[in-house]
Amino acid sequence: MKQFLKPATRKSFITYLLVIAAFIAVEIMVSTGNASNMFKGLLVPFCVYSVAAASLNLTVGILGELSLGQAGFMCIGAYSSAIFSIVTKDTITSAWVRFPVAMLIGGISAAIFGVLIGIPVLRLRGDYLAIVTLAFGEIIKNVFAALYIGYDSSGLHVSLTSQGDLGLAPDGKMLINGALGISGTPKDSTFEIGFAVLLITLIIIYNFVNSRTGRAVMSIRDNRIAAESIGLNITKFKLITFGLTAFLAGIAGALFSHNLSTLQASKFDYNLSILVLVFVVLGGIGNIRGSVIAAVVLTYLPEVLRSINNYRMLIYSIVLIVMMIFTSNAKIRGFFTASFMKLKGLIIKNKSAKEGE
Amino acid sequence: MAFLDNLINGISLGSIYAVIALGYTLVYGIAKMLNFAHGDVIMVGGYVIFTAMTSMKLNAYLSVLIAVAACTVLGITIEKVAYKPLRQATSLAVLITAIGMSYFLQNMALLIFGEKPVTFTSVISIPKISLFDGQIVIKSEAIASIIVSILIVVGLSLFVNKTRSGRAMLAVSEDKDAAQLMGINVNRTISLTFAIGSGLAAIAGALLCSTYPVLSNTTGAMPGIKAFVAAVFGGIGSIPGAMIGGLLIGVIEILGRAYISPQLADAIVFAVLIVVLMVKPTGILGKKVNEKV
Repeated sequence: MKQFLKPATRKSFITYLLVIAAFIAVEIMVSTGNASNMFKGLLVPFCVYSVAAASLNLTVGILGELSLGQAGFMCIGAYSSAIFSIVTKDTITSAWVRFPVAMLIGGISAAIFGVLIGIPVLRLRGDYLAIVTLAFGEIIKNVFAALYIGYDSSGLHVSLTSQGDLGLAPDGKMLINGALGISGTPKDSTFEIGFAVLLITLIIIYNFVNSRTGRAVMSIRDNRIAAESIGLNITKFKLITFGLTAFLAGIAGALFSHNLSTLQASKFDYNLSILVLVFVVLGGIGNIRGSVIAAVVLTYLPEVLRSINNYRMLIYSIVLIVMMIFTSNAKIRGFFTASFMKLKGLIIKNKSAKEGE
Repeated sequence: MAFLDNLINGISLGSIYAVIALGYTLVYGIAKMLNFAHGDVIMVGGYVIFTAMTSMKLNAYLSVLIAVAACTVLGITIEKVAYKPLRQATSLAVLITAIGMSYFLQNMALLIFGEKPVTFTSVISIPKISLFDGQIVIKSEAIASIIVSILIVVGLSLFVNKTRSGRAMLAVSEDKDAAQLMGINVNRTISLTFAIGSGLAAIAGALLCSTYPVLSNTTGAMPGIKAFVAAVFGGIGSIPGAMIGGLLIGVIEILGRAYISPQLADAIVFAVLIVVLMVKPTGILGKKVNEKV
């Protein structure tokens, strides 16, 4: 049979179809009243974590470098987009205009930080890179938690110490209130917008991976020295990937902040980065569709298993360890591959035996 | 005077970081892995001491000894169960397993001891020192931390350089395969490293919880990360480096908290790490390793 589409294209189309099918199913459930309130409340988080996980997979799976700073980029995206929305809430009344612009602002500010951080950091590799990205995430979180921004008729006031230090006029308005964070963000995030963002994210990621740039990035992952020796600019490709990851994480952050009326920086600690990393790892490193599925399932599961809430993270951790040992230990993997091949051999044998009858 | 006070607090905290950092540096030097769960072993040590002292009414020093023994066993077990199967795996796989182990310990502690932090009774009973007519008081916990950390660094340096097992550790960190050919039992050496590192974590737990007497299931996480920062700062794999890095990080954190901003102290510590890694990627006392094709 002649192949209808190239394997890579087919893979991406299956993912798009899956996401669209899931969207339609959810829409039908909601409109027929079959969805519980808990489920409806989870719809936007599904999209947020899917986008965050799929974008982190670019750095972890496609570039092959471990980043523990995803929460930091989400934090930048969340804060910058929320500030934009609060400031323009009265001038731009249509959420359909305001929110996409806010998301773009969130994504672009995160991408700028991503590239700025990436230039020095991407020289490091492996565990060092992981710890430095973690450090950056924590710095961003701590700075936002200590940041006070307000505005009045004389312009913007910024302080790193306290609200009183701003010297705000009585008619002034607080934008960021230190550890209390941001409040009054318009609730612009809806499942429909989240779905659209997820779909666009997936299209961007798949096209990136299947492009010339994406192949260059993967060659760096597989053999850096060989890639360098054929003249690839390692830093450039690493920065592009890192920047794209940060951009999409920033958009995920914007979706996140516009789903909550108040938002504290402490939500974006390294546990969130690790959570997103767990989605990527359990979904399969380098497998974009896996990331989305893992993000949705693992966001939904804890809510369903409320009754055993205490055990949920314990189960998580055990699954993580067992999963890593099973997929990374040569002997265990060899055993499974061998038994799989045997099984396959048996089936083929049976088939040919039947055909021979 | 306030400055001296802060400096002493910084050195005291730094000494604790140094003891934790030694565990990181040993394990990283020999097993080439970032043991993310190391910080949580500190927390386990703290809870063991707490249980021994409150429910079993044991003597403080005996409780610390029990904690050291328990953490040593825990360290060896963690290595055997989770890390040994991944000897040949990529560093990404090992790191994620270590993160999984860290979560596991934290959530086990959460299930056993509950969410509410407990108040830790200090295990240190030496008298405090007053200087300049009581203008500066050095707390007994600070004295103990500084003395203990110096003893540990000296003892560990002697152990690594003078004994057979210690030199076996050096050989394994230099070249695992060559060490094996020379008849060194690599698996046993790695187990020994985890045993020492985890035992030190228990001592660090005793010091940390005595100085900052609140103990919860996440107590070890942040100090653990900062101690890793200290180990990287001093040059990973180097014992004196861990001491220097630990002291510097402790002093920077306390001075930053006192003179710049209490909320930004952690950010300052991490920023220092990044600057150091940019300027000297192998840390203050680290060696440069060239990559071979």
